[in-house]
Amino acid sequence: MTVASTEIQPKPKRKLWQMENWWGVLWVLPSLLAVMVFVYGFIAWTARVSVSAWKGLLADYTYVGADNYVALHSDARFDIDIQNTVIFTFVFVLGCLAIGLGLAILLDKGIRGEGFYRSLFLFPMAISFIVTGVVWRWLMNPAQGERLSGLNLLFDKLGLDFLVNSWHATPTWGIAAVALPAVWQMSGYTMALYLAGLRAVPDSLREAARVDGATEFQIYRKVIMPLIRPITLSVLIILGHISLKVFDLIIALAGKQVALDVPATYMWTTTFDGFFFGRGAAIGMVLLASVAVLVIPYLWYTLRQEKGL
Amino acid sequence: MTTANRPGERRAWVHIPLIMMALFYLLPMFIMLNTGFKSFDEVGLRTMWNLPSALSFDNFSAAWEALRPNLWNSIKIVVPAASISSVLGSINGFVLAKWKFKGANVIFPVLLFGMFIPYQAVLIPLVDFMSDLGLAGGTWGLVLVHVVYGIPITTLIFRNYFATIPETLLEAAKIDGAGIFDTYRRIMLPLAIPSFVVVFIWQFTSAWNDFLFAVVLTDTEHWPVTVALNNLAGSQIIAWNVQMAASFIAAVPTLLIYIFLGRYFIRGMMSGALKE
Repeated sequence: MTVASTEIQPKPKRKLWQMENWWGVLWVLPSLLAVMVFVYGFIAWTARVSVSAWKGLLADYTYVGADNYVALHSDARFDIDIQNTVIFTFVFVLGCLAIGLGLAILLDKGIRGEGFYRSLFLFPMAISFIVTGVVWRWLMNPAQGERLSGLNLLFDKLGLDFLVNSWHATPTWGIAAVALPAVWQMSGYTMALYLAGLRAVPDSLREAARVDGATEFQIYRKVIMPLIRPITLSVLIILGHISLKVFDLIIALAGKQVALDVPATYMWTTTFDGFFFGRGAAIGMVLLASVAVLVIPYLWYTLRQEKGL
Repeated sequence: MTTANRPGERRAWVHIPLIMMALFYLLPMFIMLNTGFKSFDEVGLRTMWNLPSALSFDNFSAAWEALRPNLWNSIKIVVPAASISSVLGSINGFVLAKWKFKGANVIFPVLLFGMFIPYQAVLIPLVDFMSDLGLAGGTWGLVLVHVVYGIPITTLIFRNYFATIPETLLEAAKIDGAGIFDTYRRIMLPLAIPSFVVVFIWQFTSAWNDFLFAVVLTDTEHWPVTVALNNLAGSQIIAWNVQMAASFIAAVPTLLIYIFLGRYFIRGMMSGALKE
C-alpha cells in the first residue's frame, strides 16, 4: 500500500451502482448484527449488571449505582489482583521484548538454519495455554529437599543450586514465575514481529552507516532502533493487552489460588463459583476499560495511517 | 542443527545463544515426551530427567482413554466453527475491501474492536443468552460463539488480502455486468484460497485452544479437550505422568497443523497484530 493518489475518480455511471452499494451492506449485515449483539450489546448488558445488586442465582437488577465499583476499590483481594497484574505485565512484556528482539537481531544476520530456528521459536504459539500451564506446573514444582523435581532438580543436577527456588509458591512475587511460561509461549511471536520490522530496513541505510564508520552496535542503536519504533509500540500494546487478559495459564498452572489471582480469574470465580454477578460484572468492566485504553488509540492510529497512504 | 557447527562459517558464535534458546523452547516438549514414553514402573518425580530405558505406551494409552470423548467434542466444535468462520470472513472481507459503501470505514473498526475485548466483559450476558436460546451445555453453542467472536479476525485477514487485488479486475467484472455475488464467487473466491487456509487454521487453532468459553458454556459431557485436561490436571487421582502424556495428546492436532502449514499459521498470527 505504498501507492499514493492513484484513486480512481467516481465514474459518471455511479447511479447504477448505488443499488449495488446497498447490496454490500446487506452482505455484511448478519456479521454486523452478530457483533453488535455479542460484543456491544453484551458489554452494555454487563455494564447494567455491574450497577445492580445481583447476588445469587436469581437475576436482580435493582439499581445500586457505583456500589460494586466502590466495593472493589476497598477489596483487599482486588488489590492483590492489581499488584499481580503489574508484576506479571512487567516480567512478561520485558521478557518477551528482550528475548524477541535479541533473537530477531541474531536471526537477521542471515545465518544458516534461519528457517529452522524461526519455526522452533514460534511453535509454542500453536499450543494452548492450558497445555503450557499443565506442563510448566510440573517443571516449576516448588517442592524442596527430598521431593525436589522439575527445573529445580535439573538445576541441582547441573550444579546450579543457587537457582533452586519455590517458583509460583514464592510469597508476593510468585506471579513473576507464572510469567515465565507466558514468555516461553509469546517471545517467539515478538521475535517474528521484530524480524519483519528489521527486514524492512533497507540495506543501503546500514551500508551508509558502515561507510561513516559506525560500529554494529551503533548501527542498531542509532539507525535501526529508531526506525523500528512503531514495531516496539505494536509489540507493547499486543503483549500488554494479552497480559491484562491472562486467565487460562494461571488456572492451569496454579488453580484458583488467591495469591496468584488476577482480575480475569477473580471475575470468573466470583461470578460462577460465588454467584456475585454484580461484582463480577464490575470487574469485567474494569478489565474492559483497561484494555480499551490501550487498544482504541492503537486501532485508531493504525487504521488512520492505512487510510492516509 | 547439523549445519550449525560447520567450520569456517562467518559469525558461527551466533549459533551458541540460538541453540541455547532452542533448548529452552524444546524443554517442555522434551519433558512431555520423555515422561510419556516411560512405563508406569519407571516414572518418578526424582528421575524425571532420566531417559526411558525402553519405549512404553502406558501413559499415552491411559491419557487417550481419559481424553477420547473430549477430543471428539473438540473436533465437533472446531471443524464447523472454522468452516463457517472462513465463509463469513471472506464475505465481509470482500465487501469491506472492494465494494466500498458509505460507512464501510466506520463498520471495519467497529468489528475489529471485538477481537481485543476481554471476554470477561461479555460472559454474564453470554451465558444467559445462550441458555435462553437453548444452546448452553452442548457443542453447537460453542460453535456459534467461536464463529461470532471470530468475525473480527477473519474479516481482517480477508479484507487485507482482497485489498491487494487490483481494482482493474473488479472494474472488468463490473463492465461485463457481473453482480456482487458473481464477482465474489467467480473471481474473488478462487483467488482467495490461500487466505481460506490461513483463516481456517487460525480459527481451528484458537477454537481448539479455547478454555474460557468452553468452561462456562459446556456441561461435563460436552467438555472439549482443554477443559478436560485442566480438570484432569487438577484432580488428585490422575498421576502427573499421565497428565504429561495427556497434555501432549491435546497439543498434537494444532502442532501437526503448525508443522505442515506453519507458513499460513504465521500469516494469521501477524494479522492479529494488524501487521501483514
